[in-house]
Amino acid sequence: MEALVASAVGCMTAAGVYLMLRQRTFPVILGLAMLSYAVNLFIFASGRLMLNAAPILREGGAGYSDPLTQALVLTAIVISFAMTALIVIMALGAWLETGDDRIDMDDAE
Amino acid sequence: MTGHWIIAPVILPALLAPMMVLLMRQDLRLQRVFGLGGTLLLLGIAVGLMQSASVNPPQVYRLGDWPAPFGIVLVLDRLAALMLVLTGGLALIVQVYAVSTKWDARGRHFHVLFLFQLMGLNGAFLTGDAFNLFVFFEVLLIASYGLMIHGGGRERLRAGVQYVAFNLVGSTLFLFGLATIYSVTGTLNLADLAVKVAALPEGDFALIRVAGVLLLLVFAVKGALVPLHFWLPATYANAPGPVAALFAVMTKVGAYAMIRTGTLVFPPDTSATGGMFADLLLPAALITLIVGAIGVLGAGTLPRMVAFAAIASMGTVFIAIAQFTPGATAAALYYTVHSTLATAALFLIADLVLARRASGSLRHALPAMAQGGLIAGLFFATAIAVAGMPPLSGFLGKLTILQATRADAPVIWSVILITSLILILGLARAGSLMFWKAHQSAEPPERHRPDRMAFASIAALLSVLIALTLFAQPVFDYTTATAVQLDDPADYIAANALPAGGGRP
Repeated sequence: MEALVASAVGCMTAAGVYLMLRQRTFPVILGLAMLSYAVNLFIFASGRLMLNAAPILREGGAGYSDPLTQALVLTAIVISFAMTALIVIMALGAWLETGDDRIDMDDAE
Repeated sequence: MTGHWIIAPVILPALLAPMMVLLMRQDLRLQRVFGLGGTLLLLGIAVGLMQSASVNPPQVYRLGDWPAPFGIVLVLDRLAALMLVLTGGLALIVQVYAVSTKWDARGRHFHVLFLFQLMGLNGAFLTGDAFNLFVFFEVLLIASYGLMIHGGGRERLRAGVQYVAFNLVGSTLFLFGLATIYSVTGTLNLADLAVKVAALPEGDFALIRVAGVLLLLVFAVKGALVPLHFWLPATYANAPGPVAALFAVMTKVGAYAMIRTGTLVFPPDTSATGGMFADLLLPAALITLIVGAIGVLGAGTLPRMVAFAAIASMGTVFIAIAQFTPGATAAALYYTVHSTLATAALFLIADLVLARRASGSLRHALPAMAQGGLIAGLFFATAIAVAGMPPLSGFLGKLTILQATRADAPVIWSVILITSLILILGLARAGSLMFWKAHQSAEPPERHRPDRMAFASIAALLSVLIALTLFAQPVFDYTTATAVQLDDPADYIAANALPAGGGRP
């Protein structure tokens, strides 16, 4: 399971970084979303991966899965969701205003 | 007793801002009254907290009364109080400027976003929990996104998208760093981290170093250290003037976070990280200063020039921080206060010029403008402060930084002194082109309402700079005591009242 989760995080990060380096806003936003998925999974894994453990604590139970990382991941999901929504709106606004969706600026003067 | 007041700088804007959205959406005048009142109140609370922090050891506020490290805590110490006062003072002046120039009427919800931004800043300075630091970073960022595109416009929106994208990457890196730290130490409370990182087994050194570097990168993005500074010039140059002036304190959040983690969690005597932070930070800071100074000399427009001046000031601050000695930290804090106010004043002056001229171009002379003489005088005084020439506080700040970096004098001194010369040249060139050569054109200047409060707010920033110079000794006494407090984090850790066993090993 460790190998699966680790390679999932790795693949998503790689895809996210690749997409983020593109020129247009749409792939960049997709790349940011991809990166946020990767980091959410990573946070989740930082509380150690375990199977069939109690969700929080059980009377007399031995192992339990770390509830703190779940709370962290929930916060991170909410924040990254809001941020993605915001950048979509801003990219739309920039596209409507300027007529193209390039992410880079013209040589500023 | 300070008690519940510690959380007031976060709670007050968090309550006031939604109220303003819900109840006074249509009434700009009411929003102005409540916005200015709220900021004034925040400044008052900050001053009160500073008073308390300067006589007491660090104080902890437990949210929901859950004990650390399981609950989230806010910690008030000298450093946090200093940053709160700086933020409150700058915000009040900038807000007065925004009202008097009617910037707040060019889009909706200016004051609401402003208060949310202050909430994020105050929270970031107060929090004693690394994950909470991330949350407050996001609060201040999401408000800053709104403020940055306030008023709209092509270039501003496009720069805004870039700014958001860059900072989202920064946030993702921050989360990666925090998750790595958590997986190694099992805690995110800063005081608990300080204890755990110091006692880490050798096998975990590599992981905690990776986490440390990730955090360093995030703070470098926030503080616009050179390889990661690309977002700053376009953002600050395209943001509305008063917003850019408020953002002058946003880069200082990066410096604050660096000081906090560099003295508390990863002090130089920790065996896990050792002098890693200083080794990485110092070269980047030196290059930042050089890039900033050259940018000031070569910038094509006035707002871009000021943005590069902000980068140069961050370079100077980070040079002092990278020493990680109490003397250098005290100098860095003094220079932080000075450079925040000086850069903000320069942004406001740039906004005054842009309001009177079609462009802020520095490539060719433009006709004279209304109140040109007064603006030129303000620019002259502020430029002296920014370049670090006597008699203003920038000189004292740079002098103490030079004093604190005597060990590395050949490199650091020459960089600081030569860049100061370049800064003087760049600012002098801009000033003579903007104000002196204007007289070559025979056209009479366009009439423009002399908004007294706008000039008064810039004068207020300058008078704070003068006060920083005149009362340098008490200010230095405060920053020195702050640096000593930071150097010995035992009180900070003790204030958190950690249980003996701690959390999960």
